[in-house]
Amino acid sequence: MARHEPWSAERATGIIAEHTHLEGATLPILHALQETFGYVDQGAVPLIAEALNLSRAEVHGCVTFYHDFRAHPAGRHEVKLCRAEACQAMGSDKLHREILGRLGCGWHETTADGGATVEPVYCLGLCANGPAALVDGEPLAHLTADALEAALTEVRQ
Amino acid sequence: MSVTLYVPRDAVALGLGANKVARALFAGAERRGLDVTIVRTGSRGLTWLEPMVEVGTPEGRIAYGPVKIEDVDALLDAGLTTGGDHALRLGDPEKIPYLARQQRLTFHRCGVIDPVSVDDYRAHGGYRGLEAALKLDAEGIVAAVRESGLRGRGGAGFPAGIKWNTVMLAKGEQKYVVCNADEGDSGTFADRMMMEGDPFNLIEGMTIAGIATGATRGYIYLRSEYPQAFATLKEAIANGINAGVLGDDILGSGKKFHLEVRLGAGAYICGEETSLLESLEGKRGIVRAKPPIPALKGFLGKPTLVNNVMTFTAVPWILEHGAQAYADYGMGRSLGTLPIQLAGNVKHGGLIEMAFGITLRQVIEEFGGGTRSGRPVRAVQVGGPLGAYFPDHLLDTPLDYEAMAAQKGLVGHGGIVVFDDTVDMASQARFAFEFCATESCGKCTPCRIGATRGVETMDKVIAGIRPEANLKLVADLCEVMTDGSLCAMGGLTPMPVMSAITHFPEDFRRAGSLPAAAE
Repeated sequence: MARHEPWSAERATGIIAEHTHLEGATLPILHALQETFGYVDQGAVPLIAEALNLSRAEVHGCVTFYHDFRAHPAGRHEVKLCRAEACQAMGSDKLHREILGRLGCGWHETTADGGATVEPVYCLGLCANGPAALVDGEPLAHLTADALEAALTEVRQ
Repeated sequence: MSVTLYVPRDAVALGLGANKVARALFAGAERRGLDVTIVRTGSRGLTWLEPMVEVGTPEGRIAYGPVKIEDVDALLDAGLTTGGDHALRLGDPEKIPYLARQQRLTFHRCGVIDPVSVDDYRAHGGYRGLEAALKLDAEGIVAAVRESGLRGRGGAGFPAGIKWNTVMLAKGEQKYVVCNADEGDSGTFADRMMMEGDPFNLIEGMTIAGIATGATRGYIYLRSEYPQAFATLKEAIANGINAGVLGDDILGSGKKFHLEVRLGAGAYICGEETSLLESLEGKRGIVRAKPPIPALKGFLGKPTLVNNVMTFTAVPWILEHGAQAYADYGMGRSLGTLPIQLAGNVKHGGLIEMAFGITLRQVIEEFGGGTRSGRPVRAVQVGGPLGAYFPDHLLDTPLDYEAMAAQKGLVGHGGIVVFDDTVDMASQARFAFEFCATESCGKCTPCRIGATRGVETMDKVIAGIRPEANLKLVADLCEVMTDGSLCAMGGLTPMPVMSAITHFPEDFRRAGSLPAAAE
């Protein structure tokens, strides 16, 4: 199941046009593009710059400053693992080594089958119930490697 | 007659299976011919009991928890819909000691009501603060906030009344109210719980702020790590517009307030107010030099009131009950209540709203019940990743801005993260630098370069390379970062580092017996 559409400059132009009336439209546009295409294509930078009367450098700076925005397509599903202190106190570092070992990839990487991309995050606000994760935006508390595997199996169906 | 079941939609409850439990309850009730209505609420914040299901009975609500999907059939067979007995039955949720002992002024509706229903909000006392505010002039509202003693709950503890007054007096055709909902500190979740469980409390607080300062537009800058809060806020705002509590004619007063929620993009630094404003404007989240202060030149260069979720959500209660009633809680110059978040390795973590002055030990032992791992508590980090690590002998410090500062710590956003005796404080100190290096906006040198040098130097300490000399270097570096950084990111990173070194020196000299040749 494809969650994202293939990149299309025409479609991107339409999405950008829906947001230009907003004050400070850059971030809402980037979020909308990433939600549609799964990443922010290089080709979007001049389109946004043109629509918002900004320089390409300003838009490029914005895309690269924020951890959320990706320059390349990611896996079909997104796993965000919390690496912050409250989860560390519940042994998240060890758990993450086990999870990455099972998935066979590192931070910011995608599994060999393209099924999942793993991103580190610093706090999901589930700090009394760590370790915590988000799988395609759905929270998982008291995380174990088995629970993550089950959640990934579920979203793949 | 239909029985109402309350199942949380809070992210913690969802993370522990609340959606599946809700579906199973509905299907199970249907199979048994029971007529049930399921209302999705926020969380009461007793997180070890989540998902906590409540049922409305003629004698009031009865709670059950933690409910797992495999418990649902047995619970229904035991008569859950009439408050029947079962091992998971907790009785009246408000009489659970953890909750009964609290002083919930800000959180009293959270977990009780349907968060996106204006009617439910009003039926539980909502909008009485705004109604009271509408009877006052702007000066009167600002005076109430000032006299309540409310200080910014985001971490800095700046008196809210002074900020409000500055924006009120600022000249400008368009002013803004901006809510800092970029709750990035590890160990904090009060903002998230509020936005998911009682978003109209925030909307009401911001509306009062708009009316007091003359700002007709507001933004909630929300971190992208909170997708559930984003959905709830959007739904609440849309319902608020339909109900006439947002828009061009607030509660028929002729006053305007328009509110929008915006998503951040994973940058911790955007919790710093000037960086947040840059981000809201669509730029990189680079910290601005102050002055000018945002109250005079903020969003798009216009006068802007920036407050934290917990600051805004304290305001409706203050307006409804009076400034003095709020100031009667707390101690010294820390007045009112603090929503404390107890997290990490703790048995009974959750949201604990108490008057300032409760000690760390009371929170951890009396509420928390010790560690989840069952091992002794060794270190406690208070106030997020930029807060100090406290050892056992400092746990009698009261939660109060000045008392915490006197111990070289901070209240921050009220998060308390508990670690057991397996923690290695040298790696925690290293992490503080690493986090700063990852999240620094890069504008000022002490933070941008200091954080990276800090990681490198700490690595040498951990490897046992001249630990004494390198720890001296770390202390020197920390002094430069504290004194020379533009904002709290670089300025406070030394706090966890130095507190770890000061209070847990043994963790920094473990490999210290290595021969000098190891260098």
